[in-house]
Amino acid sequence: MKAYFGRRYMISASHCLHSDTLTAEENRATYGKCNNPNGHGHNYVIEVLVGGAVNSETGMVLDLAALDEVVRTKVIDRFDHTNLNLDQLFVNRVPTTENLCRVVFALLKDALSAGKLERVRVEETENNFFECIAE
Amino acid sequence: MIYLTRRATFSASHFYWNPAWSDERNNQVFGRCANRNGHGHNYTLEVTVAGEPDPVTGFVVDLKWLKDLMEREVLAAWDHRHLNLDVPEFAATESAAKIPTTENLAIAAWNRLQPAIAAAGAQLNRVRIYEAPEIFAEYRGEP
Repeated sequence: MKAYFGRRYMISASHCLHSDTLTAEENRATYGKCNNPNGHGHNYVIEVLVGGAVNSETGMVLDLAALDEVVRTKVIDRFDHTNLNLDQLFVNRVPTTENLCRVVFALLKDALSAGKLERVRVEETENNFFECIAE
Repeated sequence: MIYLTRRATFSASHFYWNPAWSDERNNQVFGRCANRNGHGHNYTLEVTVAGEPDPVTGFVVDLKWLKDLMEREVLAAWDHRHLNLDVPEFAATESAAKIPTTENLAIAAWNRLQPAIAAAGAQLNRVRIYEAPEIFAEYRGEP
């Protein structure tokens, strides 16, 4: 029987939204306050949803501790308390939460030992969130 | 199609134990959850029903009706109970008993709610159960 297991994690990170392909004026017009060159930060909530058959011996889709370990090593250790703009993955990518969501999905997708990554949701603040869904 | 969701909370105790396994393997796989004296959670049950709003009432289903159904079919049996001892789906005395993981709770809640929702002409879309604010499982009726 297929079920889904979800887990929420938090990271704190800073970023500055700025595209090298836009002029300074265009950057300000596009990103507003988020274009402050000194950066600003968020407490991001990353919600990971994994789908798969419920194991008949354990009653679980996957081992929570194993999921925590993957998310910690692939995502939390990499981004928590860092400046996202300085990460290799954002050298040619504006660290919008859309792009962060995609990057997190890609980092986790092939690392799970059980279950299939169905969705990553990144909440940038309490009022906005972004989702990347397996297609 | 409109998706309507109702939440309810319940508190229950449980432990994880597979009787076919040795004590050692149970402790290894389930860790602290294998403590047979049990531990507890404040659970949140989220039930999502899909359908078209009724042309007269504007409702997919009456929320009060859904609240009462959740109360009657799930909370009355699970709230302030020990899932392994008091709830048939998980009771050790039952041969087909499941381990009361959050995944199995979502499936069991679906099985308790689905017939009445179908009989009311609506479609149960999803049951999600939070065992803590940052941990949840869901079931969508898939085989």
